[in-house]
Amino acid sequence: MKFGILVNEGPYNHQAVDSAYQFAKAAIAKGHTVSRVFFYYDGVHNANKLLEAPQDERQIGKLWAEMAKEHGVDLVVCVAAGLRRGLKEETLAEGFRISGLGQLIEVGIQADRMMTFGD
Amino acid sequence: MLHTVNKSPFERNALASCLAHATDGAAILLIEDAVYGATKGTSVAAKVEAAAAKCKVFVLGPDLAARGMSEDKLIDGITVVDYEGFVDLTVEHSVVQAWL
Amino acid sequence: MSEVMDLPGDDEEYASGVVKKFMFVNRKAPHGSIYALEVLEMVLISAAFDQDVHLAFIDDGMYQIVKGQDPTGINQKNFSKTFRALDGYDIEKLYVEREGMEERGLTEDDFLVDVEVISQAEMAELMNGMDVVLSA
Repeated sequence: MKFGILVNEGPYNHQAVDSAYQFAKAAIAKGHTVSRVFFYYDGVHNANKLLEAPQDERQIGKLWAEMAKEHGVDLVVCVAAGLRRGLKEETLAEGFRISGLGQLIEVGIQADRMMTFGD
Repeated sequence: MLHTVNKSPFERNALASCLAHATDGAAILLIEDAVYGATKGTSVAAKVEAAAAKCKVFVLGPDLAARGMSEDKLIDGITVVDYEGFVDLTVEHSVVQAWL
Repeated sequence: MSEVMDLPGDDEEYASGVVKKFMFVNRKAPHGSIYALEVLEMVLISAAFDQDVHLAFIDDGMYQIVKGQDPTGINQKNFSKTFRALDGYDIEKLYVEREGMEERGLTEDDFLVDVEVISQAEMAELMNGMDVVLSA
């Protein structure tokens, strides 16, 4: 089954992105496909390459990037929501790409299930 | 329909609103801070028990454990699932609605 | 056209042939947080995809469409006017839940756009019939 995931919140402040990650990981482990994760609202902050949590904490951006590399998950950051919050190509972490909101609607159309994680 | 709720019922109305919209046969999964709503003896327990009679109510085990909520304190009829069980629920139900 | 938000143009058409029932569920009030505004941006983009779009206003979400909003004093855009432009994009299925409306002391006349007021039970049935439900 193909999943699309919408992440509405940023890293660390709220558990939403962690829940989304655990869900995606379990879905992949069960043989499903996570086609695209769309980062919207403060969720765009998850794609900031300057994120540097203490070493003994989970590195949220890196976890997503690793998942994307290993399993072909398309990590898309909303351009408009990103610009509002200072997230642009210069600050974008590896593994993510910036695109329009249409990418969210598109995965909603193409995926078998659309999941939302937010606050 | 699978409904997910992630708010403590003592802070916001997400669970109450979800329960009011969940129809017979729907599934409700409590995650994150909503897991507090799955325990016995709270002011919302009666509503959750009533929901468990007409819907299937689930709670995410890792979120329960993280918060020190023991599984033996759960309201009767609530099933504990892990993240893989969460995925299975989304496969069984064609639409998922998040009550944020 | 709305002066307060960028609306999608005809050049953004997307042809997949698939038409799904989308519902955007609005449960949050405007201005105190950005969710209402950014959901509306999502709704506007969905218009370019020719999908069967539904907007549900339940709980505090219905405050997004009350008349007379003037957020100039708090330095924000009055995006409530954009709801009036939606019918120009064939987004005309707007639903307000009666129970929540009465709970908030509101009537149909308080809204700045045409909505269908339906009961909680009807809203629940409507939600059950959707293919994709997005919320914030």
